[in-house]
Amino acid sequence: MSRFSLFLLPAIGFALAGCRGWQSALDAQGPQASELAWLFWIFTWVLGAIWLAVMIALAAALLRSPASRPDPLLVNPAQDRRYAAVVASLAVATGVVVLVLTGLSVVSQRNLFRVEEEAVTIRVTGRQWWWEIRYEEADASRSFTTANEIHLPVGKPVKIILNSADVIHSFWVPSLMGKQDLIKGQENDIRLVADRPGIYRGQCAEFCGLQHAHMGILAVAESQQDFERWRDAQIRPAEPPGDPERQKGQAAFLTQPCIMCHSVRGTPAGGKVAPDLTHVGSRKYLAAGTLPMSRGNLAAWIVDPHGIKPGVNMPTIKLQPDDLNAIASYLEGLK
Amino acid sequence: MSDALARRDERDLRDTMVDGSELHARLAKTWGTGRGLIAALSTVDHKIVARRYLVTAFVFLFLGGLSAAAMRIQLARPENQFIGPDLYNQLFTMHGTTMMFLFAVPVMEAVGIYLVPLMLGTRNIAFPRLNAFSYWVFLFGGLFLWVAFILNIGPDVGWFAYTPLSGPQYSPGKRTDVWAQMITFTEIAALATAVEFIVTILKQRAPGMTLDRIPLFVWAILVTSFVIVFAMPAVMVASTMLILDRLIGTHFFNPSEGGDSLLWQHLFWFFGHPEVYIIFLPAAGMVSSIVVAFARRPALGYLPLVLSLIAVGFLSFGLWVHHMFTTGLPQLGAAFFTANSMLIAIPNGIQIFCWIATLWGGKPVFRTPLLFVLGFFFIFVLGGLSGIMLASVPIDTQVHDTYFVVAHFHYVLIGGAVFPLLGAVYYWFPKITGRMMSERLGRWNFWLAFIGFNLAFFPMHLLGLQGMPRRVYTYQPEMGWGTLNLLATIGSVILLISFVLFLWNVVSSNRRGEIAGDNPWDAGTLEWATSSPPPPQNFDRIPLVTSREPLWAERGPLPVVGGLAVDMRQVVVGTVTEARPILRESSPEPSIWPLFAAIAVGGTFLGSIFTPWAVVWGSIPVAITLIGWFWPSGSPEDEK
Repeated sequence: MSRFSLFLLPAIGFALAGCRGWQSALDAQGPQASELAWLFWIFTWVLGAIWLAVMIALAAALLRSPASRPDPLLVNPAQDRRYAAVVASLAVATGVVVLVLTGLSVVSQRNLFRVEEEAVTIRVTGRQWWWEIRYEEADASRSFTTANEIHLPVGKPVKIILNSADVIHSFWVPSLMGKQDLIKGQENDIRLVADRPGIYRGQCAEFCGLQHAHMGILAVAESQQDFERWRDAQIRPAEPPGDPERQKGQAAFLTQPCIMCHSVRGTPAGGKVAPDLTHVGSRKYLAAGTLPMSRGNLAAWIVDPHGIKPGVNMPTIKLQPDDLNAIASYLEGLK
Repeated sequence: MSDALARRDERDLRDTMVDGSELHARLAKTWGTGRGLIAALSTVDHKIVARRYLVTAFVFLFLGGLSAAAMRIQLARPENQFIGPDLYNQLFTMHGTTMMFLFAVPVMEAVGIYLVPLMLGTRNIAFPRLNAFSYWVFLFGGLFLWVAFILNIGPDVGWFAYTPLSGPQYSPGKRTDVWAQMITFTEIAALATAVEFIVTILKQRAPGMTLDRIPLFVWAILVTSFVIVFAMPAVMVASTMLILDRLIGTHFFNPSEGGDSLLWQHLFWFFGHPEVYIIFLPAAGMVSSIVVAFARRPALGYLPLVLSLIAVGFLSFGLWVHHMFTTGLPQLGAAFFTANSMLIAIPNGIQIFCWIATLWGGKPVFRTPLLFVLGFFFIFVLGGLSGIMLASVPIDTQVHDTYFVVAHFHYVLIGGAVFPLLGAVYYWFPKITGRMMSERLGRWNFWLAFIGFNLAFFPMHLLGLQGMPRRVYTYQPEMGWGTLNLLATIGSVILLISFVLFLWNVVSSNRRGEIAGDNPWDAGTLEWATSSPPPPQNFDRIPLVTSREPLWAERGPLPVVGGLAVDMRQVVVGTVTEARPILRESSPEPSIWPLFAAIAVGGTFLGSIFTPWAVVWGSIPVAITLIGWFWPSGSPEDEK
């Protein structure tokens, strides 16, 4: 028995550690994630108890000390019939447990995928290796595109439409909802609600090539007021830079190959294959959850994207040092 | 030679006419493999082929294990620079592909190829040349993959190779072609052995071995073989469609041209889930053998155990969609597969209960094989139960494609297949080599493997719940996954050490182990009735079976049947249900052609990576070698 207890102690410690962390499935921050965590714990306790019972039965079988068996064929038929009856009733019990768990699972599935009238619709398109995000409104002038960070109003149902421009990705913000794949040629959707303001991290969960590891996404849940303020700011085109350093940066940006791929609304930069940079400075992370947003990290990223994210589609562009600083400063100011 | 004998026709010498050592020597000459390289390459002896299979599969186990160790070192701390994403992706693809296609399935077949004819009391497997061919195909397929890896064209899209990532647009170059053709090619070997097993088990059992006297291990192999026959074609069709997409511009999986990338997943998992049971069922057979031998009593619930094997075989085809719960399938359809996936817990549970009841009703003898089986219970039951969690659609949406799943299937596959396999090696090693493995090293081996395994894989459940996805080559420090990953790496190193110890035990025991004798464990099934290692003919006389454990029922010499030719290769063929002998069938002589045929087929597949014309030109050498293989050789019977 000692090995069982030896094993169980650290297991309990780990289990508690499993609840924390900002990308944890058990750190539920919305009704969907809570439903999932609840179901997870029910299953864990029921199945854990079964495992323990099986181990105890096994230990009991081993610790009995019957007489040695010189003739292995000598069995007691009455005893065997009793054992067979126990096995049969355990098989029935297994059936009952399986039935109950299936029932719980199906009910929970219905709750999870219940359709409610959404307050916000977000279209997320997976790309190697970042997320294109489009807030869709009936009024087309209030629709806008951003990348790698979604904002949602607390308490409001959000519909997320999922699609891919290339390979299969999977959208997963564990604190809010389970994952759902983004597949080219079909449209999936999930619905979720955030209960509390906070920043919840997510990550692509389907292997999608070289930089699958660096394909993070942030979900920022905030009050309706903050959300509206953020949305209004995002809808506006970029403001022209005020100070000379940033003006120089914009000029450099617009004359470099950057604009072949990136857009900054309000400028001639209109590339569509890389993240929209109109308000890049307002985002908390850079390169799909890879580097915290700062002028230094922007410069580091522009100088050597392949050192940070080997295989990324962004090419290395030779820039003069003061152009580089100016561009970093310009982008950082795109709030 | 006696006068009476001399008067007979030499060519029709029957085993009723000679006796003792002369019979033994004559049969050994008839069934033996000659000396020299050509003879070695031509052999059709199931035991020699199986030994090669075993050694090759274990070499692939070590290669797969080393690639896992490299990945664990990379993941030991956040943003580690040990391995870059390109090599990492190749490594996890090689690890998965090697373990599934080049280790787990072949090694189970290898044990079956060695033991099934012995357990059935016959002299060779059915279609022995096909058996030799299957080994060469397996060997070439494995070499093909690993040589490609060394040349830096190792596949890098995962052992599951999801389209469109594995399609021509997102994986240019030869890497995925190597993977696709290697899969199609090596699965030929699996299909060939499956056919051999089915025919051997249904037709070549010793007289008197009715269906309800077949050893449980053989039942497991029979069910597995049927699963292989129905599952493997799905992946071969899929990998062929993939290579067509890549090579000649078809669009099966290309959504832009009316194809469907989810079709790949359906085809792949229609094979992929039964695959798990192709690996697990033989292991369940090994557990049955070991439990019965070391509990020292017949299996409690032979019939339920057999029916459970069959039920698992059937149900394994109704589970594949639980790999696809997050792809946006209709909710009701997904729920159906939840129910189906959970259902398989019932037959698996029955097996576990029967084994425990057998141990309960017996007198367990604690030797290394039983230790590994006890480790199997501890680990496999936990893995099976976490599998029930994965069967639930809602829970699956959280843990799918995370380290929770990595933990789950390593608990199922290492716990459910590798632990029984190691137990089986300790158990049957004396039969194969004639020597016992060291018990002391065996215990060290077991405890290091058990502790190392749990330390390596238990933390992964928690990593998955903390949000760590699978197949990431690194992670950021702020994720907080560093400690558990370090622990997992330490565990994997201990696990690796246990395997080195195992290897050392095998090598040293093979040279210096204690001499085993025919039946060192006092077990009851027929493989223990012959010498260790068995002679080329397996048995001098074919035993007559009267019970499930013939060696327990007959403490003296076994009753035998006579009448088989001595100077020609003959096996007894019987009826399917009752094994009533109906005819003496000749068994093929050694031949070099299976090797040539495997080279021709292998060359065709290799060439097809570069040009579709290889299939056309390759058919010529394939045809020539097959003509050579099947050329009527004028068997002694025909000449009479």
